[in-house]
Amino acid sequence: MEKETITCACGHVNPYGTKLCEKCGRPLTEEEKNTKVVDMRYDGKAIRSKTYNRSVVDKVWNFFSSVKVGIALIIITLLAASVGTFLPQEFYVNVGTLGDKAAYYENTYGTIGKIYYALGLSDLYSSWWFQILVGMLGISIIVASIDRGIPLHKSLTNQRVKRHESFMKRQRIVAEGEVANSEQTLAAIEKEMKALKYNVRRDGDALLAEKNRFSRYGPYINHVGLIVFLVGVSLRVVPGMYVDESMLIREGETIEVMGMPGYFLENDKFILEMHENDEDGPSGEQVRQGVNVVAKNFQTNAKLYKQPEGALPGDTDNLELVKEYSIRVNHPLQHDGYSLYQMDYRLDELYTMTFDLVNKETEKSYGQLTVQLDNPAATYDLGNGSSVEILNYTPDFAGFKDGVPQTNLPVPDNPAFVFKMTTPDTPDGETSFVAIRNTLEPLGENQNMLKFVSATTRNSSGLTIHKDRTIPIIVVGGIIFMIGVAIGSYWNHRRVWVQATAEGKLLLAAHTNKNWFGIKKDLDIVINAAQLPAYVDQLDLNDSEEKQEGDEA
Amino acid sequence: MSLISLSGNLLFVAFLTYLIATLFFGGAVKNSHDKSEAAERHANKWGKIAIIITVIGFIANLGYFITRWMYTGHAPVSNMFEFTTTFGMFIVLAFIIMYFMYRAVVLGLIALPIAVLIIGYAAMFPTDVSPLVPSLQSNWLTIHVITAAFAQSILAISAVAGLVYLLKVVDVKKASKERTALESVMFFVVVVIGFVLVTLVFRGMGYEAQFTYVDKDEIQREITYNMPAIFGMNESAALTEDVMQPLIETPPIINAKKLTTVTWSLLVGTILYALLRLISRKRVSEMLQPFVKRANLELMDEIGYRSVLIGFPVFTLGALIFAMIWAQEAWGRYWGWDPKEVWALITWLFYAAFLHLRLSKGWEGRKSAWLALIGFAIMIFNLVVINLIIAGLHSYA
Amino acid sequence: MDKKKKRLITRTIILALLVVAIAYVVYSTATKDKTSVLQVGDQAPNFSLIDLEGNKHVLSDYEGQGVFLNFWGTWCKPCEKEMPYMNNQYAQYKDQGVEILAINIAQSDFEVQKFVDQYGLDFPVVIDKTKGVRNAYNIIGLPATILVSPEGKVTKIVTGELTEQQIGAMMESIKPQ
Repeated sequence: MEKETITCACGHVNPYGTKLCEKCGRPLTEEEKNTKVVDMRYDGKAIRSKTYNRSVVDKVWNFFSSVKVGIALIIITLLAASVGTFLPQEFYVNVGTLGDKAAYYENTYGTIGKIYYALGLSDLYSSWWFQILVGMLGISIIVASIDRGIPLHKSLTNQRVKRHESFMKRQRIVAEGEVANSEQTLAAIEKEMKALKYNVRRDGDALLAEKNRFSRYGPYINHVGLIVFLVGVSLRVVPGMYVDESMLIREGETIEVMGMPGYFLENDKFILEMHENDEDGPSGEQVRQGVNVVAKNFQTNAKLYKQPEGALPGDTDNLELVKEYSIRVNHPLQHDGYSLYQMDYRLDELYTMTFDLVNKETEKSYGQLTVQLDNPAATYDLGNGSSVEILNYTPDFAGFKDGVPQTNLPVPDNPAFVFKMTTPDTPDGETSFVAIRNTLEPLGENQNMLKFVSATTRNSSGLTIHKDRTIPIIVVGGIIFMIGVAIGSYWNHRRVWVQATAEGKLLLAAHTNKNWFGIKKDLDIVINAAQLPAYVDQLDLNDSEEKQEGDEA
Repeated sequence: MSLISLSGNLLFVAFLTYLIATLFFGGAVKNSHDKSEAAERHANKWGKIAIIITVIGFIANLGYFITRWMYTGHAPVSNMFEFTTTFGMFIVLAFIIMYFMYRAVVLGLIALPIAVLIIGYAAMFPTDVSPLVPSLQSNWLTIHVITAAFAQSILAISAVAGLVYLLKVVDVKKASKERTALESVMFFVVVVIGFVLVTLVFRGMGYEAQFTYVDKDEIQREITYNMPAIFGMNESAALTEDVMQPLIETPPIINAKKLTTVTWSLLVGTILYALLRLISRKRVSEMLQPFVKRANLELMDEIGYRSVLIGFPVFTLGALIFAMIWAQEAWGRYWGWDPKEVWALITWLFYAAFLHLRLSKGWEGRKSAWLALIGFAIMIFNLVVINLIIAGLHSYA
Repeated sequence: MDKKKKRLITRTIILALLVVAIAYVVYSTATKDKTSVLQVGDQAPNFSLIDLEGNKHVLSDYEGQGVFLNFWGTWCKPCEKEMPYMNNQYAQYKDQGVEILAINIAQSDFEVQKFVDQYGLDFPVVIDKTKGVRNAYNIIGLPATILVSPEGKVTKIVTGELTEQQIGAMMESIKPQ
């Protein structure tokens, strides 16, 4: 059985684990009694985890409550994160399937790459163990803060003005000496301390001046911020909170926005601008590396449409224009929580092809036709009794199968046509197969031919669509963290205790949680004004000696 | 004089001024044997002159920054040269701030040479003005980079204080792990000097050798070495005549040009270090010891801790929060596990561990000083290795 | 002792909540790729598309009939192969209350018309010009066949080529009683 309580000489009953009596400040442990300067962390209050250690739950709790464990978790996370930067992560590798990825790592980085991939290090940050590691860090932050924050808060709000001599003499900064009139001196100190914006409390011949107590809450506030942040990040997995899609859209197309049901986007134009190779062009290292042009702007002039309320997928009647916007890098189109970012592009996809129907021998033209590759017409009337009929169209010609042209993809990378050409001279029509740099006349020699005249192309724009409903939570978490870390770092809690002792001397002790330089400056002013004896910094005396290491777990 | 050459001259002036200021700081802390009041006053006078010179240098440096900004039209933090120079400038600024808080002259003796070295290192990169690709055309990026560089500079001051602390406290007469570690830090500094020297020498000679090579995607490319090739790229063949042929050929995933530079720097650095040791018959850390004799350990520890306390929130804001805002704006995701981002997080986690160790485990003095040095090493690693070797979104050049 | 018990309960609750939350996140991340938006048993997303003759086809109009949805493209060889099978089975099942809707993914009317003529398809062929229906059904690979029961529920999702036998069996399964 563990001891439940410790009774101080002053009669106050303290919980087990208390280092300094809650009431008078007398050291309670042997260790504290033997040190010159007391351990003022958490103001000597018992850390809760120290108090009970019985059930499994208590053991787990105590494990996470330990700062040592917390630091270990930070270091492990740090090391694990660094391993992930050793080779590029999978999401930066531009290959399609799982098998390709494995091959990519092996081919590019040899055996090391193979092992890296096999161990799952190539997707480290979304691995289960990394998430659990961060989760444990989260538990540690919560448990440790509860265990320390609550007792500290109690101790700070129940401070007594009068402390025991042994408490005061074991502070780092101590002054002791005779004064003519202790009452007058105390009054002088009070006045000075107030001028320095300290809160001063009196209790008979004792005085406590305190400043910036709130800064002690800084660490707990920033830990709350971190937890809010982590919660925000975690909520991403909840369906509907997070959308991350991408799409490629050609100029002139109107398609539904991926991940954004009911919305359609029309790509009016994609613009790619380069820095000219003159004075604001690339120079020096870039030129040496073979970069001749540097992109200046990627832009998609887009129109966002919305279906009327209650319309069904696929129904494009009565689309209503929501927004017209030029999407550029750093300038996404934003609507209804969604953002469309400029990410990628493809240039120069064939769009239209123009042919001239001519007599092979005389080169007499019967007229021209322009085929729009994403919407070819069945026949083109050239006037004067001439016409061209498309018998077959393959956007990405890949040879014949049973005499029929085949296509690989629906994209016009290698368009091919079977035309039937009819002119007043050839009223029965002639059939011709026309592909890029290839013309066949499958049904015998023709009189006429379709001569390629020109082509136009169009560009596609690659956009990503994001929606992240967790952003507000992340923002709140970030703000709370910054507030906490700022008040914890830029303000410090300073306390000065003064009291007249039984022997008629005046005893002064001072403590700050950080920045001793600052509190000494305050003390110099007070001591000067109130004609007090000089103070000693008890840690300055043993300059070369190392301060003893804390052994609190 | 055009704006850009004015800018370059101002940087050169700043560089020289910092060197001169270093000498004055040396003078201010040197009189260690004489404890008389006259000597004290003398030291104070030297210290005062030194800080005035430093401030003048900083103003020139700031002049460089502003004129370059005016010339290029964007904040001069967009390539390796510009960013590293800014980092050096901010180290001086952080030192000046700390000086006026604590009046610790000895800090200047370490902080200024570090700033000088960093600016020297920066100048080894192409200084040409380059246009910005679209993702870098963002105000948030400017805010992010400048805040992050300033935060790192404040954190660097903690390493400066830590180094002073260790130089004073580590017994260099007695063999120990600590002595070896401290001397390794000195060796690293000499290697950086070696890098600057070897780059300057070959640049002065106008050395240039072109090679063709086959990269990892099996595409033939060309590369220009500015130093004699020790390591050759994959299947490299010389295009320039009468140049040294690579001694060793490397596989395609290794950038042999960078490896060559590193090897040359190490080579020259080691020779330089050996010469220093031979001439002085002392370790470099031992040579520096007389300068830190009068340093107040308590104060160094306080400064080391204080600069982390001041720098940590700024770092959080600049290197993480502003970076997230920019990433959200440019790519629609505030965090993408890009190597540079991860290393910013690692730096942040490290300093978080530093603070917890100090607050809860009482790691002060020596241990704290070593941690500050490790923190600085992480930042330098981030600046040098991650930028130049591990390519990511932030990769310059 | 009461106080201690209370503390134990508080600690247990806090730890349990945290562990459950972490487990949920890890589990969701691990299974994210496998859960498709559409699952068997879901209500089939309604849609409205136009066929080559200009007639509007709304899925909900077919309530009471089984609907055999087939997503396809002219460039997709397996799609091409199963089309005649579908046509054969359609002849048999259309009088038994099973309808086929072949949904082409955003190709030109011309290409689709040529294809339909080539194979003499009798069932309605609609074109998903804006890819909205494809998104609603989360179709990634072609061909993809989705069976919709007379009650409008998804009863089967198949990605890949089907044999004539399979097609017959599938139509049988959605025949109204």
